[in-house]
Amino acid sequence: MRALRLRGLGPYGIVVPFAIVLAFPFYWMAMTAFKGPTDLFNLENIPYSFADDSPTWGNITFLFTDTLFLTWVKNTVLVGAVVVAITLALALPAGYALARLSGRWGQWLAIGIFLTYLVPPTLLFLPMSRVITELGLDNSKYALMLVYPSFTVPFATWLMMGFFKTIPPELEEAALIDGASRIGALRRVVFPISLPGILTVVIFTFSLCVNEFVYAVTFISSSAERTVSVGVATDLIRGDVYQWGSLMAGTLLPSLLLALLYNTFLNRFIAGFTGGAFR
Amino acid sequence: MEAVALPRRRRRRLDLLEQRRFLGPALIAPAVIFIVALVGAPLLLAIYLSFTNAHSGSLSGDFVGFANYAQEWRNPVFQDALRNTVLYTVVSQIIVLIGAGLLAHALIKPFRGRWFLRLLVLLPWAAPVALGTIGFLWIFDALFSVVNWTTVHDLMPGGGELYLYKIVNFVFARDFWPGFIQIGAIDPLSPPQWLGQTELAKAAIIGVHSWRILPFATVIFIAGIASIPTEVQDAAKIDGATGLKKFFYVSLPLQLPIATVALLFGIVFTTTDMAVVYILTHGGPFNSTHMLTTWAFDTGINSASLGPGAAISLYLLPVLAAVAILMLRFARRAEVS
Repeated sequence: MRALRLRGLGPYGIVVPFAIVLAFPFYWMAMTAFKGPTDLFNLENIPYSFADDSPTWGNITFLFTDTLFLTWVKNTVLVGAVVVAITLALALPAGYALARLSGRWGQWLAIGIFLTYLVPPTLLFLPMSRVITELGLDNSKYALMLVYPSFTVPFATWLMMGFFKTIPPELEEAALIDGASRIGALRRVVFPISLPGILTVVIFTFSLCVNEFVYAVTFISSSAERTVSVGVATDLIRGDVYQWGSLMAGTLLPSLLLALLYNTFLNRFIAGFTGGAFR
Repeated sequence: MEAVALPRRRRRRLDLLEQRRFLGPALIAPAVIFIVALVGAPLLLAIYLSFTNAHSGSLSGDFVGFANYAQEWRNPVFQDALRNTVLYTVVSQIIVLIGAGLLAHALIKPFRGRWFLRLLVLLPWAAPVALGTIGFLWIFDALFSVVNWTTVHDLMPGGGELYLYKIVNFVFARDFWPGFIQIGAIDPLSPPQWLGQTELAKAAIIGVHSWRILPFATVIFIAGIASIPTEVQDAAKIDGATGLKKFFYVSLPLQLPIATVALLFGIVFTTTDMAVVYILTHGGPFNSTHMLTTWAFDTGINSASLGPGAAISLYLLPVLAAVAILMLRFARRAEVS
């Protein structure tokens, strides 16, 4: 009986401490986001509780009305949407072909595409910044739309290949026998089945775009063209003036939204990553 | 006449697409061309730039051979950056591997509230790196750091005299610890400056890197454990393998390939990241906490020395190549087993 109870405690004993440490920064962002300046900067106050002018909506109102936060969100969504479209257009056919149509050379090509995913922005941003300037795209979000697929396409192709491999080829063969063309079988049989996989690729491609920092900080110098990551990091921290309240609100909101999306699609992602069985 | 000819030509093109030989390349080509243009070409350009004295504002410069590489190799800031890159990566990955191993085993079986706890554990991975790091900027603030407040204040309301810093000092401020674990005793009147003192700033950077990679490694580990067929588990049970024995002889060998893949990804994510150091310390104090990536940014963008900047970032290439080779090996082994 006693052993049973202890075993029941087992996962909590490990998971709860880790969860506290890992989630603490977000709890702290939330606390700070609702604190007024008097409470926040009073060293006598206990930081874990509200006092004086807290809790307040002031920081969040400030973030939405007196900063470019909404513009950055709009830029991020726009860049993300265009990059997702480009990525799908290139990675879907490539992932399918690598999973089904190619022989030995296809394997090498797949490995080659995977390796390009390992070439990081931190290695390419210097030549890239020169190219962007030559193209006259510096200081504009179009530069990001052009450059981001350089890391999302290899990633998405690899993931899509994994998803397509889990779909039994017999399904398409049946469609081919029934008189469908290869493209037709692809469109009517394969793509509908792999819709969850495609959706997963969309979510993770989008989150890669929100995450990206190096290119965005290198290419763009005017506030109105920035994405959320760089806008919050550079514009809300100017010199020595830290708007901690609205800064924390600005970091918390995008993080929570992405976290909910992640959690919803996580099992799919795991299935794609490990090329798990067709369920 | 023409009305008949056109569809026929179209049909011939479609017939061509029916053949594997043509359809495959036709579907792959756009992606490959795009990748070659946007990854291959800039990479070659980076290598070219690293051999020139190019400055911002021009794409070309005079050829200087290996001068940039040699000059940086002798530069003390570069040497620190290189050492730090290794230090941050190795220590954070050790923390991540241990943490992810524990977490994955605890999270694999269903229990009450698992959904919520898993969401909390995953938060750092889902949040954009830059934004999470800004959170830490506030947590490690010079004056209002919550870490410092928590350690130097009496945690028992009403004066129970439970001071965390006394416990920390008791455990870690001792001579028998090796240098990188041992800390100077915390003085409540001048609390630690997490981002202002070199050693503490390095610890903070390692902490943030571990914090953001741990959830990713956990997810991969869970996938690895879940991919072990139940037949193997059953066979192990029938053969009488339980507890630690089962872990060392059955679970661990089967998980090793996928754990290695998680580790290699972790290494790449840490060595090639720029946001954490850029936001947390920007290389300071006195350029002592730079990584190769931030030092390359400072040199190439802020000082406009494209050539040396490219050379610095290209020092990452051998690491990435080694990781790539290892990854291919283990990926293949994972596929076989």
